[in-house]
Amino acid sequence: MPNKALPYLLLLPATLFLLVFFVYPFVEIALLAFTGPEGFTLQHIQTMATHWKFRPALGWTLLLAAVVVPIQLALALSMASIVSTLERGRGTILYIFSIPLGLSDLAAGIIWLAIFEQSGFLNSLLVGLGIIDQPILFLGYQSIWVIFLAVVMAEVWRATAIMMVILVAGMGLIPKEYYEAAEVFGAGPWKRFLKITLPLLRPSLQTALILRTLLAFEVFAVVIALGGTTLPVLMGETFQWQFALQNRSVASAYALVILIISVAATLVYLRALRVPKGATL
Amino acid sequence: MTAVAGTDTARRVEVRSAGRFLFGAAVVVLCVWVLVPIYLLFVNTLSSPQEVSGFPKTGIPSFDFGSISFFLNFAGVLDALLNSIIVAVLTMILSIGIGAPAGYALSRFDFPGKEAFRLLVVMTRAFPLPLLALPLAVLFIRTGLDDTQIGLAIVHTVLALPFAVLITFSLFSGIPVELEEAAWTLGCNRWQAFRKVVLPLVLPGIVASAVFAFIISWNEVFAAAVLTIHNRTLTAFLVQNLNVSPLHLKFAGGAALVIPALIFIFAVRRYLFAMWGIANR
Amino acid sequence: MAEIVIKNVAKSFGSFQALHSIDLTIRDQEFMVLLGASGCGKTTLLRIIAGLEQASQGEVWIGGRRVDTLPPRGRGIAMVFQNYAVFPHLTVFENIAFGLRMKKLPQAEIDRRVNRTAELMQIGQLLKRYSGQLSGGQRQRVAVARALAMEPDVILMDEPLSNLDALLRLEMRAELKGVLAESKTTTIYVTHDQVEAMSLADRISVMNAGRIVQAATPIEVYRNPATRFVGSFIGNPPMNFLPAAKNGSGKWRVAGVSFDGPDASRDILEFAIRPEDLDIGPGGLAATVRLVEPLGAHILLSCKVGGAPFRAVVDSELNVSPGDTLSLVPKPGRARWFDPETGAAI
Repeated sequence: MPNKALPYLLLLPATLFLLVFFVYPFVEIALLAFTGPEGFTLQHIQTMATHWKFRPALGWTLLLAAVVVPIQLALALSMASIVSTLERGRGTILYIFSIPLGLSDLAAGIIWLAIFEQSGFLNSLLVGLGIIDQPILFLGYQSIWVIFLAVVMAEVWRATAIMMVILVAGMGLIPKEYYEAAEVFGAGPWKRFLKITLPLLRPSLQTALILRTLLAFEVFAVVIALGGTTLPVLMGETFQWQFALQNRSVASAYALVILIISVAATLVYLRALRVPKGATL
Repeated sequence: MTAVAGTDTARRVEVRSAGRFLFGAAVVVLCVWVLVPIYLLFVNTLSSPQEVSGFPKTGIPSFDFGSISFFLNFAGVLDALLNSIIVAVLTMILSIGIGAPAGYALSRFDFPGKEAFRLLVVMTRAFPLPLLALPLAVLFIRTGLDDTQIGLAIVHTVLALPFAVLITFSLFSGIPVELEEAAWTLGCNRWQAFRKVVLPLVLPGIVASAVFAFIISWNEVFAAAVLTIHNRTLTAFLVQNLNVSPLHLKFAGGAALVIPALIFIFAVRRYLFAMWGIANR
Repeated sequence: MAEIVIKNVAKSFGSFQALHSIDLTIRDQEFMVLLGASGCGKTTLLRIIAGLEQASQGEVWIGGRRVDTLPPRGRGIAMVFQNYAVFPHLTVFENIAFGLRMKKLPQAEIDRRVNRTAELMQIGQLLKRYSGQLSGGQRQRVAVARALAMEPDVILMDEPLSNLDALLRLEMRAELKGVLAESKTTTIYVTHDQVEAMSLADRISVMNAGRIVQAATPIEVYRNPATRFVGSFIGNPPMNFLPAAKNGSGKWRVAGVSFDGPDASRDILEFAIRPEDLDIGPGGLAATVRLVEPLGAHILLSCKVGGAPFRAVVDSELNVSPGDTLSLVPKPGRARWFDPETGAAI
């Protein structure tokens, strides 16, 4: 029962929605960032770039992504491999591993705050074990690196699950015969992982890495929950300019920076992990 | 000869059982890593405010509901909870209502422009979507949608829509076209065939993806904090009160964020992988 | 009364021409098989008749009514799909009743029809089951029962047996033939299996590259293929072809042997003979045996005649081994001649 108009009719709401609320706003961001009362201006970019918090915010955001994403990748690969080889209890383990998937970054921040704050569980443990006498102020002003570490922990804890789920799904698509063939040709478990799993997992790896890296650039609530504004990140600065300083244009300039590094990262992953035509599963 | 072969086998068994032990230990460690922080959050939530700021901590909840009742009686909390639910439900309805028709069109038709639409959907992944809140704040003020639940739900729908489209696409693709065609030849028009044959088969999956949309909205912090002032959601409420609110309020709030997410993820666990796997290919 | 008339129907997908101007009439109560290799357009033609596909041009008439602008539900057809398309969320009973409920028949009539067709297809004991609890053969029966229960003017079947294993296919084939003959419904049946086509059809339409090359009774298609393609497509092992050079009026020279043939203006023709239409006797084609395959009742010989491959089916009592040379004589009246350029029979 062919109908030429129907697919367009069905796509119309989604297309309109995305055009109005996705494409247009991003154009608007650029406009906001580059226009002042007298038209085109670099004033806002300059305000942003010369502000003393811009460089640290950019630096910490990039560093955070650079530290968190590789750890998550390694951990997610391990978890996915474990889940894939499990015979009994697979469902339960999988559910436990994927729990953090459903948690917000704010909740994760609060959860790790319970551990790291001065009267928290880490101090209780350390004092209880007699390693220290007095509880330490981990998340204080002076200890920015500890805050950074706590943020890393919280991010790794919360957001590894999403990578793992994508990778487990990807591993499920690799036919068992390939492993059996490799085993027949004498490849051990490690070789099989390197020579079969990793290359065939490339599309899933690509998706997982893009998703995670972008979310890492958007890190916001975890940092606020654990360190307030002590550890500056791009999204936090955007929020500050938008909300506290009521300067939409500079906030948009920040947004533009996040946008640019996001798109750049996506392009890098797409290129680095591209799958040759015809080499797909 | 037999003796040598015997020790060889014995060693192999030994290596294998050592491997199995390591494997089991890794599973346990990872489960502990995921579960303990959540447990600790609930310990704090189920302790009295004095215990929460007390030191050292035992790690065992006293099942005192002081923190919880403080949280629930705190000005604005119940409103924030209600707002969170309303926004999440609106997001759920919007994203499935707009996304499912598009997913159906992608799975059932070949038409010019199909690839362009897919590109538009996939492109959303390369953009930090919470930033949409900045330009949309301006647009919403102009249209009277500022500080409204529907306004925030629209932004959250931009986040949830790509998933809704891709997940429903994979759900519909899993229903053989032949079933629909059979219904047509048995006297159905397109809508009847959809309602009587396709819908009953995809309904559990649609519900699961609706739950995902709910969670995406429920967890979102940045846009919620930017776009709402009087009609704050729970995340916005918590993040804006972080530096002024006492610890027990934070932890009870964190638990309030976590519980629905835990329940929902459990409810849709069967779909987690099918959906994430296919949707992210 | 449901005669199906297809007038000048063509279909293209983009630049690919799937069907070229098809004209075909299927008589009331006739069992018509559309036979061809995959990609020949037979399923497309069936789907155009069903209304699942829109023809690029042409008309489809069913029972004196032009239907090509109507949706499937308005055409008085029922269809059996290759993968059965048994609704997984409904019981067997509800599957068979599905179309009847759409017609808003009274419950008593629905019960009567479901029970009758279920009985006919021997699935009366499965009515409460779901498709997940059925074997492939049982699903097939449900699909056929569902179509029959509609009491349609026309039943369309798209390779309905291709997903069954060989033994079940044989059984279902015989059963389908009986059931459909009794129902007196006009049937169009698509298949790539020539044995199925032969055994079921009143008439076969052999299709190739989007055209119907011959529409005739099974015996006619087998004995008198209209083109070289039909000859080579139907029959297993396939027909043998050898070049023939004119050797006087009505005389043709094939691999050094002279045969009586048609009076054609061409100098070169193609001589064709089915492997089973050969006898061993004096003055025949000299065939060097390469391979001997005993098939029980017969022996299949793969030979060379004048350098070209050539097959013969001979009696299994014949004692023959590779390397032997036999003299193969075509049975009288069985040789066929084709135009080497157009492929048409002469």
